[in-house]
Amino acid sequence: MPSHRLADGTGIDRARPLAFTFNGRAYQGFAGDTLASALLANGVHLVGRSFKYHRPRGIYSAGVEEPNALVQLETGAATQPNLPATTLELYDGLSATSVNCWPSVDWDVSSALQWAAPLLPAGFYYKTFIWSQPLWMRAEAMIRRAAGLGTAPTGPDPDTYDHRHAHCDVLVIGAGPAGLAAALAAGETGARVVLVEQQPVLGGNLLIDGGRVDGLDAAAWISRTVDALAALPEVTLLRRTTAYAYYDHNYIGLLQRRPGAINADGTPAARERLWRVRARRVVIATGAIERPIAFAENDRPGVMLAAAVRKYVRRYGVAPGRRPVLFTNNDDAYRTALALAEAGVAVAAVVDVRPSVGSALCETVRGQGIEVVTGSAVVRAEAGKGGVRAVSVMALDGSGAPHGAARRIACDLVAVSGGWNPAIHLFSQSGGKAVFDDAQGCFVPGPPVQAERRAGAVCARFGLTDCLADGTAVGLAAASDCGFAIPNARSAPTATEAPDAPLQPYWIVPPPAGARGGQYKTRFLDLHNDVTVADVALAAREGYEASEHAKRYTTLGMGTDQGKTGNIHGLAVLAELRGTTIPDVGTTTFRPPYTPVTLGAYAGRNVGGLFDTVRRTPMHPWHEQADARFEDVGQWKRPWYFPKPGESLRQAVDRECLAARTAVGILDASTLGKIELIGPDVPELLNRLYTNAWNKLAIGRCRYGLMCTDDGMVFDDGVTARLGEQHYWMSTTSGNAARVLGWIEEWLQTEWPSLRVYANSVTETWATASISGPAARTLLARLTHLDLTAEAFPHMSWRGGRVAGVPARVFRVSFTGELSYEINVPARYGLHLWTTLLAQGADLGITPFGTETMHVLRAEKGYIIAGQETDGSVTPIDLGMDWIVSKKKDFLGRRSLRRPDTVRADRKQLVGLLTQDPGHVLPEGGQIVEAWPAPLPATMLGHVTSSYHSANLGRSIALALVKGGRDRMGQTVCAGSVDQAAPAVITALPFLDPEGARLHA
Amino acid sequence: MPDTPVARTALAHLERVARAGPLPAAGSAAVLLGERRPRGQFTLRGDSGDEGFVPAVRRACGLIVPTAPNTVTNAADGTRLLWLGPDEWLLAVPERAAAGVGEALRTAQAGVHMAVVDTTDARTVLLLAGPRARDVLAKGCPLDVHPRAFAVDHCAQTLLARAHVLLHRIHDLPEDAGPAFELYVHRSFADYLWHWLEDAAGEYGFAIVADTDGA
Repeated sequence: MPSHRLADGTGIDRARPLAFTFNGRAYQGFAGDTLASALLANGVHLVGRSFKYHRPRGIYSAGVEEPNALVQLETGAATQPNLPATTLELYDGLSATSVNCWPSVDWDVSSALQWAAPLLPAGFYYKTFIWSQPLWMRAEAMIRRAAGLGTAPTGPDPDTYDHRHAHCDVLVIGAGPAGLAAALAAGETGARVVLVEQQPVLGGNLLIDGGRVDGLDAAAWISRTVDALAALPEVTLLRRTTAYAYYDHNYIGLLQRRPGAINADGTPAARERLWRVRARRVVIATGAIERPIAFAENDRPGVMLAAAVRKYVRRYGVAPGRRPVLFTNNDDAYRTALALAEAGVAVAAVVDVRPSVGSALCETVRGQGIEVVTGSAVVRAEAGKGGVRAVSVMALDGSGAPHGAARRIACDLVAVSGGWNPAIHLFSQSGGKAVFDDAQGCFVPGPPVQAERRAGAVCARFGLTDCLADGTAVGLAAASDCGFAIPNARSAPTATEAPDAPLQPYWIVPPPAGARGGQYKTRFLDLHNDVTVADVALAAREGYEASEHAKRYTTLGMGTDQGKTGNIHGLAVLAELRGTTIPDVGTTTFRPPYTPVTLGAYAGRNVGGLFDTVRRTPMHPWHEQADARFEDVGQWKRPWYFPKPGESLRQAVDRECLAARTAVGILDASTLGKIELIGPDVPELLNRLYTNAWNKLAIGRCRYGLMCTDDGMVFDDGVTARLGEQHYWMSTTSGNAARVLGWIEEWLQTEWPSLRVYANSVTETWATASISGPAARTLLARLTHLDLTAEAFPHMSWRGGRVAGVPARVFRVSFTGELSYEINVPARYGLHLWTTLLAQGADLGITPFGTETMHVLRAEKGYIIAGQETDGSVTPIDLGMDWIVSKKKDFLGRRSLRRPDTVRADRKQLVGLLTQDPGHVLPEGGQIVEAWPAPLPATMLGHVTSSYHSANLGRSIALALVKGGRDRMGQTVCAGSVDQAAPAVITALPFLDPEGARLHA
Repeated sequence: MPDTPVARTALAHLERVARAGPLPAAGSAAVLLGERRPRGQFTLRGDSGDEGFVPAVRRACGLIVPTAPNTVTNAADGTRLLWLGPDEWLLAVPERAAAGVGEALRTAQAGVHMAVVDTTDARTVLLLAGPRARDVLAKGCPLDVHPRAFAVDHCAQTLLARAHVLLHRIHDLPEDAGPAFELYVHRSFADYLWHWLEDAAGEYGFAIVADTDGA
């Protein structure tokens, strides 16, 4: 294939050739190329198949607006789908393939679909919903197979990603002439400035169109400006960085691509970095995106945007065609004609819809001997092998309709320009409403909604002089907004340019009078999603004439390119059909992201071991060495059980359970929430928080309490001890510690500020080992001088002293039903306490146990776990705990306990369940029914909340919430799932030691 | 009776932290990380408008309670009083002085509605310093720590990655070797935060250092 590479090209380095493959074929490009420019240089236009009809598609643009040239990059776990070849920087060894074609881009089986286009009208997908259901099922499967783009990787991403927060005075988005001028003007005041540019190089269109600024060649001015910016210590330049989202409060999302970045040790660094910027002022200098004019067969490979063609010629030294035709309604395409002519490409003609053009630019083109066909339009392209081979040109009448004889002009490239759409996406995301500029036929930003200013082409000010003047003024104003002093004599850079002739708004070439409609069906508005003029017209006829409705009905603008080139044409169609104007139809809402963001970038470093916080107790190193199995409790890692070599979960837990009731077990309870309450009004606070009364708790004593939320539902439980005159110690469940502290603070700060109480978390201050079992007292006695006799240190009391040589608070409380001591020591001594207890208890049979054994032991005693027996819909009465609910005082939730619903007799109540088969352990969460099997739907009576094998009882046990359960003692129900439900008898709690003899030993 | 009690810091299980060497020569590492020597810590709650509270704290530790949000007052011996909220402060004192200050606080609070809670073991203190220390913070902390926004002896309770931290900008490293921050982090989060810091600092290169001052 002949090379399409030209002699010049300012953006590539011919000394650095790069090898790459596309669809398995080897090619060569240069450093500085995009994949698109390198493919065009190799004569490759046809790069993919369209989304719906599988029509052949070529490279259409040279930027983020690309609707066609989406590729699958690399293979395996590192593969990335749907990357625009037009923004993909070439690197050595790059390998890419087309998306959405099988078996190959040149011969695609599904391309037969284009002949079935009449069967796939706009709204096809929705229409399938109202057809018969079986048909919809088939249709959906077919659509899902045929439509779609690239494929997602299935392996873990081998690359890393990162996040970064940033703050600045002025964030300038876009580094064209306006953005560069704004950044420099703001930066020179001393403001903290961040300048972001999505391309690898700064300069924007100046890089393509050249010219002279401040008496310098454009390239020299860019380089001088960039050097000046780099020398300012408070200015940050971010290349290859896209501002993808403009959120509230000037919070901006940036995606930075970092090809080849390495860490200090030489390993690959994060491939992409997501920036979260909070800017005091934002300057939007995002420029504009060229738009086409729609004509029949305008989706053929070889039809391109005119400015993109110019960029390929000037930046990449590539001629996308050898005999181009330009089709335009404005002067900019003439610049492309000149660029082509300068590069030695023979331009066939410039077709201009304007009846006459008198600008200097046009005259220069004519002077080059290029034919300018005014007052005419390209009505259709003629498809050739893999591209176009000619266009049909017709004169336009006063209404813009083609008439008369068609003239055929042979060509291999149609470069089209319908004017420019300001890139108002970020402005729109900021909450602003766009307004229509009638002269330029485009939407521009309306009044600012956030602390934002804008400069240059985004305001439809396309001239270089205007961009430089805007940029300077806006940069200074933004810095001034932030309080920086503005120098007196700061003028904008100057440029010289001849004015362009005015654009003539023109969107879609109508079919010639008397033409057969079928020939003009292929006027595409959205190349990405295969939406034509006819589709939008159909949507309007079927009632979807509002822009948001038409968008969804036709999928116009819903591709990964978000309709950057063709959306406005859809509005033009709707406006014409409704007999109104484009601004009256109004734009659809622009939403983040401006261009796609990889999921990896969103995840950042929150992956693998850093996925979430892991909280470790001071004893954690011992647990790891003991080969404990861990359970996640909130963010805590708690030992679940401690298997000996070869033991299963059941075997280990049985052993641990027996030891805790026959010898002594030890549990790491450091995760229990601990709150110190200090002040004269603590008893009153406790009275209001807990359901029971707290006025008479003596120093040295402990009391169990139950907390409800204001709806009367159980929220948390735990033991509170009185440490001193005005000093209390509240314990909470491990998972609720922060929530309970927040709950207390909320009430103290908002409702009860008169209560003199300070609440402070000490969860992390103390490490806690809980020893439990008949030998617990003997063990503790070896480590302390405290009097441990039942008389001196009874159940539900606490003593301060020294244990194992360190200061300790010892609580004689029990969650296992055994004689238990909770020994709290400063966290730095937690591991010391743990290892000392184990060493001293060795001859007593001390056995470490985990959360599973703790759960079994407490279930044997019928003790609840907040969050397991309760789920936010369970009252203390439902739990059978009316004994702890005071009738004499007020407390949070009290009034709710008298609501008709909370006093119903058939509420679900906590009961025990004993399966008829003692070896059968019911599934937790299992549903309870009267009998099983039974016809479906069966009436649900409740569910199993906890279920275990109990080694101490030699059988299975379960706790359950059963409708009216307390009146059904001894009755048999069935519990389990649809697949298997087993008979079980409702019983009273507890299962073990109802007299509490062990507890009070 | 048992062995002599051994106190362990939150990161004592990480050999590279526990056995770290002294501060390297200025400029030799982009980022310095380390676990600070333990210090006595007391959470103080009170009303700075209460005429008894400020003098009581001053009697006990010699420092005026800072009332400007997010600021720290220091004494020459390394004692620090950090503003945490309108009615909450953290008093950090050298370990050798901790017992005395604790006792003095308990004495001083008589007759004043205030709370003194010994939270010495609740948090460990990490050092993050060096020319790229702010870049490491920026990866996980939403606060602006630019010198114009966060001066020496500013402090803030904030998030670093997924851990709550109390961030205190202490005096810069000697010889212009960059800013220095102390991160007070709850003990149970220390291992996670340490690994996050190593991961974040890896881009720039880091050295692990022992605490050579503030003893």
